[in-house]
Amino acid sequence: MKLLKKIFLFYYEGFKGMTVGKKLWFIIFIKLFIMFAILKFFFFPDFLKTKFNSDSERSDYVIEQITSPINNK
Amino acid sequence: MEHFDLALVDWSRAQFALTALYHWIFVPITLGTSFIIAIMETIYVKTGQEIWKRITKFWMTLFGINFAIGVATGIILEFEFGTNWSNYSWFVGDIFGAPLAIEGIMAFFMESTFIAIMFFGWDKVSKGFHLTSSWLVAIGSNLSALWILVANAWMQNPVGMEFNPDTARNEMVDFWQILFSPTAVNKFLHVITSAYTYSALFVIGISAWYLIKNKNLALAKRSMVVASTFGLITSLFMVMTGDESAREVFKVQPMKFAAMEGLYYGETNAPLVAIGVFEKAPTPENPKAKEWAAKIEIPNLLSYMAALDPNAFVPGIHDMVHGNKEQGIVSYYDRIARGKTAIQALADYKTAKKTNDQNKASSSLVTFKENYKDFGYGYYDDPHDLIPNVPLTFYSFHTMVGLGTLFVLIFILTLIYSVKDKITNKRWLLYTALWSIPLGFLAQEAGWMVAEFGRQPWVVQDYMPTLTAVSNIDHTSVIITVLLFTITFTVLLIAEIKIMLKQINGFNDGGH
Repeated sequence: MKLLKKIFLFYYEGFKGMTVGKKLWFIIFIKLFIMFAILKFFFFPDFLKTKFNSDSERSDYVIEQITSPINNK
Repeated sequence: MEHFDLALVDWSRAQFALTALYHWIFVPITLGTSFIIAIMETIYVKTGQEIWKRITKFWMTLFGINFAIGVATGIILEFEFGTNWSNYSWFVGDIFGAPLAIEGIMAFFMESTFIAIMFFGWDKVSKGFHLTSSWLVAIGSNLSALWILVANAWMQNPVGMEFNPDTARNEMVDFWQILFSPTAVNKFLHVITSAYTYSALFVIGISAWYLIKNKNLALAKRSMVVASTFGLITSLFMVMTGDESAREVFKVQPMKFAAMEGLYYGETNAPLVAIGVFEKAPTPENPKAKEWAAKIEIPNLLSYMAALDPNAFVPGIHDMVHGNKEQGIVSYYDRIARGKTAIQALADYKTAKKTNDQNKASSSLVTFKENYKDFGYGYYDDPHDLIPNVPLTFYSFHTMVGLGTLFVLIFILTLIYSVKDKITNKRWLLYTALWSIPLGFLAQEAGWMVAEFGRQPWVVQDYMPTLTAVSNIDHTSVIITVLLFTITFTVLLIAEIKIMLKQINGFNDGGH
């Protein structure tokens, strides 16, 4: 318990004493928000995970894709 | 090829290139300055001189700004794998999974834990423990770079795997072969030494600016000595590993090697084009077009560079497209035919499995395995589509090599004049050092352009071309994200530069 408190205080005081760091953390949060809440959510769904329910369906789809030049002839 | 949406392929490539180029602004500075800081702190701990503590803290602040702005920019690449490059991600999944998982765990535990001690622990832990943490941050960040570079090397030289036709995935059969393939070893060493070189230029450039402005001389002069020594040693290793990398490219990616040197027709005693300007590339319609407007050659050097033998034959683009029986080179025409056989056999195998036709499935599998090594060639009809952009690869390669050589020279001069304490009088050298910061960045990106443009059309050498790797999505969303990335990245870069410049301008070394 004492060790945990020590670790907590180490980080707490470290963050509290930051000068440039506060501005950087602000930038990091904005960046992570743009990345995860906007880009990932609206523009980057996992294509195979969202379209198919099982690995077997995914395999079939990819094989169909990579053999399509022959199949389409 | 007409079955693939080439606009989607191009936009997806542009998006990935933009993200990777941006990510690589920050990574090399993190990889190299972490070591420079650890060296400076070691000097502080050994000598006990307070000025070295101030110097270490100053560079640590710049390291922290760079780290904070750059952190997580690489995650966007992983988003892109899942959305835009799903065929590719599935195809290579088992190979990429292990290295990237190790990278994630290592980066999280090593960097996150010890970076906190590095920044917050100055007055809270012992000098020795703090120093150990600084070294562990450097080692940890470099080790995490190892795994992604191993994955990239596998794409250039796919070894230690076996393709499973039932799952359409490559499965790892020999982890050590992947980790210690000569391509992986050379790539890792060359990339990290070039990152160290760039970081040394970063430190030297900022120190030079202080010397030009006649401020913070104690910090600037001392930093100049440490960074010049570090830069000189690492840039010499960079040259050595670059030489080894080129030899590896010659063995496993001969088309890329020919493009790097603009070699259209193979020859023995091949000369190295040290400097050259293209006139017109030979085409199928005009195969004897004059390639060079001007060039300076070094006799036999290309043969020696490729095979350590000045008399060795170096195949040109024409030899690979049309084949060269004398040299045992199979033509791309033949490889395309085999590739088409492999693709057809895979399709037949899958159909036979569905219809439960065991005989057909077995015979198709045998045919597939016999021709699999040329699988990717089967997507093409014209072998000339298998040639990368030669001028772009050539100019990128020569820019990288030329600048690398210049950097070695800069390190020698800054080290000599710093040790003699005459560096402040050499204004031309200080300005050159200052300008070497953007030049170092240019060299870094040129190196990646050689690696990535030079290997086109492959995303996985010989097995998967870039055009089959993309997901079947609407390219409008890709265009939107390219625009969003451009705006976000530009804003972040401006923020980084502004915060860094504020720190650099506001620093005072105490007038030692």
